[in-house]
Amino acid sequence: MTELEPNISSANNVKCISFDLGEHEFCVDIMVVKEIRGWSKPTPLPHSPAFVCGAINLRGTVLPIIDFAMRMGMPQTEPDASYVTIILEVGNKVFGIVVDAVSDIVTLDFDTLQRPPELESSVEESCLLGIIARDDSMMRVINTDVLFPRQVAEAA
Amino acid sequence: MSSDPLDEIRIVFFQECSELLEELEDGLYAMRDGEETDDTVNAVFRAVHSIKGGAGAFGLDLLVSVSHQFETVLDKVRSDQLETTPELIDLFMRCADKLQDLVQSAKNGQDSDASVCDALVAELLRYDAPAAAPVAAAPAASGDEVAFQVAPLDFSFDDEDDTPAASGGWTVTFTPHAELYQRGNDCCHLVGILKDMGAVSVRVETDNSPAWDSLPVETPFMVWTVEMPGDTSEDDIREVFEFVEDDCDLKVERAASDTPAAPQADEFGFTPTQLDLSDDPEDDFVPQKLDLDLDLPADEPTAATPVEASPPAAEPTPPVQVDDKPKAPAAKPAAAEKKTEAKSEAASTIRVDLNRVDRLINLIGELVINQSMLAQGFQSLDAPVSQQLSDGLGDLRQLTRDIQDSVMAIRAQPIKPLFRRMSRIVRETGESTGKQVQLVTEGEATEIDKTIIERLSAPLTHMIRNAVDQGLELPETRLDSGKTEVGTVRLTAVHRSGRVVIEVADDGAGVNRKKVREIAVEKGLVDIDAELSDSEIDNLLFMPGFSTAKAVSNLSGRGVGMDVVKRSIQALGGRVSLESEPGKGSVFTISLPLTLAVMDGMIVRIDDQLMVVSLSEIIETIRPTAAAVHQLTPTQRVILVRGEYVPIIDVGFELGFRPRLEDANNGVILLSETEAGDRSALLLDGIIDQRQVVIKGLEENYGEVPGVAAVTILGDGNIALILDVDGLLRLSEDTRLSDAA
Repeated sequence: MTELEPNISSANNVKCISFDLGEHEFCVDIMVVKEIRGWSKPTPLPHSPAFVCGAINLRGTVLPIIDFAMRMGMPQTEPDASYVTIILEVGNKVFGIVVDAVSDIVTLDFDTLQRPPELESSVEESCLLGIIARDDSMMRVINTDVLFPRQVAEAA
Repeated sequence: MSSDPLDEIRIVFFQECSELLEELEDGLYAMRDGEETDDTVNAVFRAVHSIKGGAGAFGLDLLVSVSHQFETVLDKVRSDQLETTPELIDLFMRCADKLQDLVQSAKNGQDSDASVCDALVAELLRYDAPAAAPVAAAPAASGDEVAFQVAPLDFSFDDEDDTPAASGGWTVTFTPHAELYQRGNDCCHLVGILKDMGAVSVRVETDNSPAWDSLPVETPFMVWTVEMPGDTSEDDIREVFEFVEDDCDLKVERAASDTPAAPQADEFGFTPTQLDLSDDPEDDFVPQKLDLDLDLPADEPTAATPVEASPPAAEPTPPVQVDDKPKAPAAKPAAAEKKTEAKSEAASTIRVDLNRVDRLINLIGELVINQSMLAQGFQSLDAPVSQQLSDGLGDLRQLTRDIQDSVMAIRAQPIKPLFRRMSRIVRETGESTGKQVQLVTEGEATEIDKTIIERLSAPLTHMIRNAVDQGLELPETRLDSGKTEVGTVRLTAVHRSGRVVIEVADDGAGVNRKKVREIAVEKGLVDIDAELSDSEIDNLLFMPGFSTAKAVSNLSGRGVGMDVVKRSIQALGGRVSLESEPGKGSVFTISLPLTLAVMDGMIVRIDDQLMVVSLSEIIETIRPTAAAVHQLTPTQRVILVRGEYVPIIDVGFELGFRPRLEDANNGVILLSETEAGDRSALLLDGIIDQRQVVIKGLEENYGEVPGVAAVTILGDGNIALILDVDGLLRLSEDTRLSDAA
């Protein structure tokens, strides 16, 4: 929470990277995005949660890859070369999320951020910081802090 | 994570200490080997002096007291007042050992045993005393007040008893220099301490101070005179000023002395006078101290009187002793030059944070992988590659390898300091077991990864102790068996085919195989009927819980001996073995990788994944046959290996990659030994290759994974898991328990 909290209260022009997942549009604060790269097949990690695809080598750094769709409670993705991995650095952890495609860099007014309404899936809710209405679409802002749950690392 | 600046200084101090201690040891070894020159003695002296200085700043009293006395005796050697004898050097070495201990315990914040220090100090004092007498007499004989001022500086190093007894109190005259204030000391505080010690009166002379309106604020003019009661010891008084002694003129004298009380003298005329005399070659007692004084006025901004002997003010060097002969003024510039030289030499090394080096090593590792991927990419291009391009690729490969080697060399350190530490172990062990031992070291310049050197210290210490305590015989026994009285422990290091091989050899009795066998049977480690080859018996020593020493000595033989050694060496990716010849001695051979970042691994296939098993954990590979594999319980299989049933761990299943392999014959078994010495058989799908792999942590960005020790990056850039055999064993036990439940 700490990463984005100041933005919520003050900033009204937060730069975000938006990406698609199926029909939905999500975005993540550009400050936590380290890089965007094509999908490469990760090495599966034993005894990991289902949404952890495995680990990849990013120029010497070994980092886990999360199936973002599955993390959001959607069906598992069967990624191929057309998919994209967004590498995030949250706190001192680096990890990647697999998404369909990165679409744009958008400037969002976080003052208009609305807390997500009570949703069916608690998983999805916890990963969403809120939603922002844009023109006729809805932008979901990801809460990167809980995307890679701490207990995963501890339990694993 | 403390941001306390003092903590940072402490860290620097301890870093410097370890460097100084190394220097000290080097010097002492040179002295022992008869390579004693003025330079070596000076280097030793400087090292001790610097340690003392730093220790004082951190209030490490024991360290100060030992180094102080050590320094005093060294000073006598330096000034040729004391001949070095083997006994003296031995004492020096023990002092150096003690200093090392004290530094270590101070670093860890532990208390040290003061009694041992006291004993050492007492021994040092013995060497100090005879020489001290004439020095002590000198000031008394000399009515010259200037000589008197110099003498007390020596006094502080002498035994208090040598001080001529006089009645009356002490007069302490204290003239602070500007540096004293610049370094943040406070006269009021110092005088305050004296007051607490029972000062009778305190007087401040301000006669020399200019008028207020023209007073240069940064120049001290005041002179303090404190009368102390007679029952205070001079050492105590001097101790108060210990950390400012270079930044002030300090006189401590008996009030009853003939010397006129100093404050009445013109203080600033006084200092240059002292300087003139101190350069006088005739003034021949303890010339070093005079050299010391020589520099003080150079630092002293108030020394307005020009003095021919004064070094140029532009040379504010700390009082480092350069030569042990009294210096004629003309010789001074040469000495200064020498100093600069020494400094520039020291500047040729830099201290770098290890993390930065590691980061560089990581990046280079990536470069190497990247380069090979690039080369592969061009190869798979069907298009003809131009000569220029292929040359360029070849050069790139050469360059990346060269860079990798050079960067690895940064982490590599000569093994010499470790060997030096071992000579201390030999000395101490020999002493406490009553054996005469000499340590011969070879290949001290062999370089090996810094971390390995650090972590090798404990197992090597144990092996050396073992060699002396249990390998070597007592002197009488040795003579009886026609050997020399003095046993030899040989420590060698050599590079051999990409690894470092360290040998610990003794010329003792060798392994008593009969006894070893008996004990092993007695402890139930082997069957009484077991057929064992000589080397198998020798290697029983590495079994957990084995110890041949009948009585448990405090050195070795606690029953946790060689198995711990073996384990810690295995943890470093190394192997250890023993060869022994009765009556001739034993040789322990340790083979280590050059660096911890790389290890020899066997690339294996599990399901469709490539994984790595450390070669040091593999005893042998077996192609299982139906006859050898037995189903013990529905979930537990064992394999018969030379009469021993070894549990099979199906790695693919334990890691959750595939169901249990129904037919073990389709797989390959890796026989491995766990930390506890149990054997286990890892069932894999196939063996692919054997090669060196770079070890990468998984914890950093993910977390610990049971059964996985680390990961590595294969040539194609993909990640392969490095299996953790012990973790797999625990995993399989867990599954078995949950199956049972």
